[in-house]
Amino acid sequence: MELGFLLGSVVKIVAVLGWLYGLLQVMAHASRWVKIAGIVIAFGIIQIAFSLRIGNQAILNDFDAGLLFQACTMAMVALGLNLIYGFNGQFSLGQWGFYGLGAYAAAYVTYKWFNDRTSSALFVLLIGVVLAGLVILGLRRFLGRYYNLPVLSAFTLYLIGSAAAAAVAVFAGNGIASIVDPLFGTKEAPGLLSSDVALQVVFLLAVICAGIFAAEVSFLFGLPVLSLGSDYFGIATLGFSIVINTLMVNSDTILPFPEMKGGRGMIGIPKLTTWFWVFAFLLLVIVIMRNVIHSSVGRAILSVREDETAAKAMGIDVAGNKLLAFVIGSLFAGLGGGIYAHYIGFLSPGTFSFLAGFNPLIVVVFGGLGSMTGTLAASFGWMFFLEGLLRVLLGQLGTEAPTWRFVLYPIALLLLMLLRPQGLLGKTEWGFLRAPQVKPRPPANPTSDARPAASIAPAAR
Amino acid sequence: MQQASAEQPIAVLSADALSVAPRQSGAGLAWIGRGFLLALAALVVFILARNLLDNPRLFAQIVISGLQLGFVYALIALGYTMVYGIVRLINFAHGDVFMVGSFVSFFAVSRFSLHTWPAVAFPGISPDLSTLIGAVSVIVLSMIVCAALAVVIERVAYKPLRNAPRITALITAIGVSFFLEFFGALNFVFSPRFIPYQRPFDVYAYWIGAQGIGMVTPQTPAPDGSITFSSIFVIIVVASILMQILLQWLVKRTKIGKAMRASAVDKPTTRLMGVNVDRVISFTFAVGAAFAGLAGVLFAIAYPSIHTQLGILPGLKAFVAAVLGGIGSIPGALVGALIMGQAEALTAGYISTPMRDAVAFTILIIVLLVRPTGIFGEPEREKA
Amino acid sequence: MNSRSIKMISILGAAALALAACAAPRPVAQPEQPAEAPKEQPAAPAGGEIKIAILAPLSGPVPTFGVSTRDGALLAIEEWNAKGGVNGMKIVPIVEDSQCTADPAVNAANKVIDQDGVKFIIGEVCSKASIPVSEIANAKKVIQISPTSTNPAVTVGSDGAVKPYIFRACFIDPFQGQVAAKFALETLGAKTAFIMLDQANDYVRGLAEFFEKSFTEGGGQIVGKETYTDKDTDFSAILSKVAEAKPDLVYLPDYYNIVNLVAKQAKEKGLTMPFMGGDGWDSSDLDLTAADGGYFTNHYSSEDTRPEVAAFIKAYGAKYNGAVPDALAVLAYDAANILIESIKAAGTADDTDKVREAMKAINFKGVSGQITFDDNNNPVKSAVVLQVKDGKVSYNTTVNP
Repeated sequence: MELGFLLGSVVKIVAVLGWLYGLLQVMAHASRWVKIAGIVIAFGIIQIAFSLRIGNQAILNDFDAGLLFQACTMAMVALGLNLIYGFNGQFSLGQWGFYGLGAYAAAYVTYKWFNDRTSSALFVLLIGVVLAGLVILGLRRFLGRYYNLPVLSAFTLYLIGSAAAAAVAVFAGNGIASIVDPLFGTKEAPGLLSSDVALQVVFLLAVICAGIFAAEVSFLFGLPVLSLGSDYFGIATLGFSIVINTLMVNSDTILPFPEMKGGRGMIGIPKLTTWFWVFAFLLLVIVIMRNVIHSSVGRAILSVREDETAAKAMGIDVAGNKLLAFVIGSLFAGLGGGIYAHYIGFLSPGTFSFLAGFNPLIVVVFGGLGSMTGTLAASFGWMFFLEGLLRVLLGQLGTEAPTWRFVLYPIALLLLMLLRPQGLLGKTEWGFLRAPQVKPRPPANPTSDARPAASIAPAAR
Repeated sequence: MQQASAEQPIAVLSADALSVAPRQSGAGLAWIGRGFLLALAALVVFILARNLLDNPRLFAQIVISGLQLGFVYALIALGYTMVYGIVRLINFAHGDVFMVGSFVSFFAVSRFSLHTWPAVAFPGISPDLSTLIGAVSVIVLSMIVCAALAVVIERVAYKPLRNAPRITALITAIGVSFFLEFFGALNFVFSPRFIPYQRPFDVYAYWIGAQGIGMVTPQTPAPDGSITFSSIFVIIVVASILMQILLQWLVKRTKIGKAMRASAVDKPTTRLMGVNVDRVISFTFAVGAAFAGLAGVLFAIAYPSIHTQLGILPGLKAFVAAVLGGIGSIPGALVGALIMGQAEALTAGYISTPMRDAVAFTILIIVLLVRPTGIFGEPEREKA
Repeated sequence: MNSRSIKMISILGAAALALAACAAPRPVAQPEQPAEAPKEQPAAPAGGEIKIAILAPLSGPVPTFGVSTRDGALLAIEEWNAKGGVNGMKIVPIVEDSQCTADPAVNAANKVIDQDGVKFIIGEVCSKASIPVSEIANAKKVIQISPTSTNPAVTVGSDGAVKPYIFRACFIDPFQGQVAAKFALETLGAKTAFIMLDQANDYVRGLAEFFEKSFTEGGGQIVGKETYTDKDTDFSAILSKVAEAKPDLVYLPDYYNIVNLVAKQAKEKGLTMPFMGGDGWDSSDLDLTAADGGYFTNHYSSEDTRPEVAAFIKAYGAKYNGAVPDALAVLAYDAANILIESIKAAGTADDTDKVREAMKAINFKGVSGQITFDDNNNPVKSAVVLQVKDGKVSYNTTVNP
């Protein structure tokens, strides 16, 4: 029986990786219809496995579902980190902070909607991210007129702009909410907007806004900090993670959010994450990531990693590309956080401690720096191995064995670094994630997502 | 956004560099950033000044606790600054070597009563001398064990990766750090418990004030308006300063110090000059770790509760201190560490304890923005 | 459709088959979705076994708490098995590492419920892990008894409804805080108190909150309140403020590791007022010289002459090489006993509703006192106040609820 468990866990890892491979291959297919059908089938297989019972048991039970959901959020966070670290060469330890930021922001919106029946948090966040986004883009255009602008000055301007946007958002959001709120009715007499459909829409908006929110914070933070050297940047981002964690712990004392309950943990977040949402957001992240990497922007990002001086000499805006990679990476982390919060239904600062923040880094390294496939595979493998197989395995070895878990994985990490420093998959990419084959001259493949090369940098690989 | 005009043909971030339109110099806008910093500084000075005037005694007391913390950080920071200066590696495992130092001294004292050996060997010896020799031998043992551990780590984990990308070595360092923490937490190693540390000598508190100076005992509490400090504070300050001087001498005046400085600048050329660079690097690790071992013992004596994750935060803060002071600079490490200590203690005292990490890292970022190489840093070289 | 897409689809198909295959070798487990009506379970796992899961943080930030909890619970189970099990069935413990963090705890809970078919969980230690586990366990009608999670949200949901399948074996914060305040005011005659707390630790925060409330209501005055974090080692800035405020008492309801540091530094600063704390002080690792003169509220006193206490301390020491049980081990031992006793009273291990009813009605003589459960599934039991004096912990008074 126990052997059955073990075997089952191993088979599951293989099956999930096979599923991932199939998905990526089918997404690379030339025909749009095959692509769509493949994605639907890939979604459907898992969905059916959740609900279909063989005997008394779902093919994928809640344990597996939990692992799968966590693996998908980890994949989003780790893909973002791979963009920052693997593709752009900026050693960041702040990804976990942005993940937490996204989780708390999204959870707060749905919490307010679901429990307090008010849309104030939704509107504040929505208006806030839109306004701050406009301010940042506008200021960027305006400041583009100056060269040699001191970073600190630019940062001050952005900070003032964003703070103003936030203030307006709080004012306007609460104003709109007070008009809209009566539509909910009360708990006893539900109104127009308290339907499940509305809740799903709010959830979607909350996750997206949380992602953008994380991205905007990363812009503000990254602007001054990215101008430090790579290692200093790492330490500063680690500091960011620690500070975010501190703020979470004090969310009800230093920050004005009593619902987050500080260190006691935020309870009562509606568990809205379903396989559909997880799959959809993961797919979104994969598509954005792949299209960024294989575009001219992506090549610019890569060239910055390879050689900053040479990139600059080629006319590439080094600082701007670093910032762009950082912002997109943080966006992914924020999205992942929003999904995670509504899966677990409970947020506590302990989950986002900076030690746990090394996990996505280790996932990226295991998969291979600069390999999207590697990161995806490692996220799934990591979760199913560490939480699935190892949990079952160590459980068999007696009551002392679980204490060895964290001894084994640094050893694995060390061995990997010494024997195969490029990661398990090196720079292999599967199917969809491979660089699109652009035919030399017309007619270019109409379904290919590749932008015609306005190449300002030689392909760095 | 619709009015994308001819002056910015491509609305992507990389466009700025390509744009051909005449651009003004932004140097004239430097006052904005400077003003922001000045406002921030003014706020800090205001808070501190108000509290100083409010209660000078409390202020002095807090400054003393900041000094104690700062001098411990300084000892750890030495290891970081030397290692980073020579191999450009954030040695994350350094904080854990520091932890091992605490544990070695714990076992030496509690299990083997090493601190009492002079009294056992020479029964006639005066108790003070016995304590002194005993304590010093505990410290020396910790330093040796830490140095050996660091050399092993360097040989096993870092040396094979000397020519790999720096990122690889960094990940390895994180791996080593985790390994030391969690291997140490196994029951048959250090155990995962929070262990009360048995000091090799007793620590006494003293007060100093208008009435003079005296020892604090339960019968004679410190008089009103006096400042208290403990004997371990004095020991930490003295030891830390001594070690700074020793290291300064080592680096500036000895042959191996010269080799270290040469390796930091240019390893291939140094090798051509007949210096065994690998041995120099190992030596650097060993010296840094020995200081960490000393810091570990003093830290455990000052804050007598030890566990295997003890080294993470002090290690991190010490690295920040080393960066703050300018990496590779020994006086820089001291100054940076003292700033970190004060920032922590004053934030804990006057703003809010949980925010002290935030303040420490903010100071780091601001200092690096204004002086990218840290306070005492040499001008930036092109790095590998 | 070209050959490539056929290949792809066949790969997807193969993956699906593999997924299906891995379900086959598994034993019968509880399949209910939360929404479904309770169905009668198929017969219990073969051979007269009851599986009880122990979720404890064996790795992660607080492994020492996890080890104590595991040892206490395992001791209880071993004793029952030595007596021939419960209702003629052998008890099989399944120990899972839940790391005191939400995600691993949820995974561990899902694993024991869905893979192993467990219906009884002892754990988790930390509230931040117990809360997400309690939601899963409650939805799946699995009985969970947390030995040490003090956060009210473990047994009561965010909507204020009690989770019927979730219990705990420890005091919740209001009671202990109240007892401490009462003792401080009446027995120690304290007029002023200073509170030190860790904002991130809900246990500490809860105790501090209710101590403050009861103390001020009883006519005392809180002269200062300072926060720190669990990573702190240097408390001199805070202690300087304590010295400044000159309170009659410092309330420090944290675990022994923090107490050791704070008490020692306080002594070195020449602070002589007594410190007072909660059951987190109860550990063989408490530094008795540093904490000398301090008081803390606890579940039991090891000097207690009740046979349960003496027998437990003896058995624990015999099993774990002379180790002295701390509060976590005691509570885990009691939690396991309450659970097994309830299974015995219910006469079945299949119907968790019956066990739940039995547990609700239990009147159990545990090491930590006579235990009954109140409406919120929190235990009602008396507390003792212990004093640290002359290198040992001695009994001072008992306070009844």
